[in-house]
Amino acid sequence: MRRIARYKLLLAACVAWACLWLPPLRSMLESDMTLHMTVQLPLLTAIGVMLAMVLRPHEPCWFADADWLGIPGVLLAIFTTSLWMLPRMLDLALGNVSIDLLKFASLPLLAGLPLGLSWPRVPALGRAFLWANLISMLATMGGLYLGAPQRLCAYYRLDQQSAAGTALVAIAIVLGLAWFIVLFIGAPSPAKPRSADKSRINERFGWGASHTFPRS
Amino acid sequence: MKRGFIPLLGLVLLIGVSALARATDGFQAVTSDGARQLSVARHPRSIPDVRLIDQNGHSFSLADYRGKTLLVDFIYTRCPTLCGVLGNDFHRVLAAMPNKQLDLLSVSFDPANDDHEALKLYGDRFGATAPRWRIAVAADRRGLDALLRTFGVVVIPDGIGGFVHDGFIYVVDQHGRFANIIEPNASAQMIEAAMRPAKP
Repeated sequence: MRRIARYKLLLAACVAWACLWLPPLRSMLESDMTLHMTVQLPLLTAIGVMLAMVLRPHEPCWFADADWLGIPGVLLAIFTTSLWMLPRMLDLALGNVSIDLLKFASLPLLAGLPLGLSWPRVPALGRAFLWANLISMLATMGGLYLGAPQRLCAYYRLDQQSAAGTALVAIAIVLGLAWFIVLFIGAPSPAKPRSADKSRINERFGWGASHTFPRS
Repeated sequence: MKRGFIPLLGLVLLIGVSALARATDGFQAVTSDGARQLSVARHPRSIPDVRLIDQNGHSFSLADYRGKTLLVDFIYTRCPTLCGVLGNDFHRVLAAMPNKQLDLLSVSFDPANDDHEALKLYGDRFGATAPRWRIAVAADRRGLDALLRTFGVVVIPDGIGGFVHDGFIYVVDQHGRFANIIEPNASAQMIEAAMRPAKP
């Protein structure tokens, strides 16, 4: 990525970060459980991924070496996002501005950033495993929120909780379908010579140029 | 495997597991209610000496209850659902334990609408008579906020003019400490068990 493009991306990430923190948008997104869980938290993580795209050329060598197959980075991102999916942490963030600030710092820096830096190092099978896990986790969590007879978050009503559950299940279904289409069907494209098939499959499964399609 | 992988993985696991353990009180509570229940059972909290006004317009203080067990719930008199259940629960407690050294206190978190007439009407619905069962409002907003904070009660608007709140009963022991939480619709035996004195 060119230097100017990197600066633009960095600026966009910082502006998005600041806008999400400003009271009108923050209050609006946090006033509803669905918006909080399916818009604010993913956006904060996405800001971290943008930062990773900017910082990738400056990534310290020791981290690139130690982050074997992207495992530590992805694991850190999983721990951080899991933490902020807990109903208790959502309550704490809503009731205490310093905990909310912690959420705004940790999701970009400890979830999005390591995820963005580590993802290119994760092999295709690992990526498939992570996608499958994310989809099943979203569906399970959505089901739990939908089925819970009591409020799990003190700051949200039962109807908001059910709506969040429905949204999580819907996102899991859409992601699952999209993943299925990308992997097994692919987007319609003009007919290509047969020799291009292997590279197309490599591309579709996320194998980079350094990987080759297994010989049959 | 690259150099530095194991130490970095170990550090990430240590930080991640410690953070999750801390956020869930040792993997025991994922909700605020669960965490509050654990916290109170481990470390009973002293309650602030807040001044309140009951359904007869009489002023009293929470310190007046020292030496007795006190059951507290939080209500608003316009509530069409949960507060009726809480009122019935308190009525059952009084009927089941008429001679016990026990007082009941229903605190309204809606002082703007709950004047002493409204509190009296609510009390009359369930047979509440002061001083055994007081229906009260805090004398000032600071007192109410201190009470809600100490008991960990969160009240949010329900979107149709009322409030959403929990239906727990809070036990204050003889030493004036918030010592236990009773689930909604608990049986008289469960309530009696929850009132057993904790160690001072």
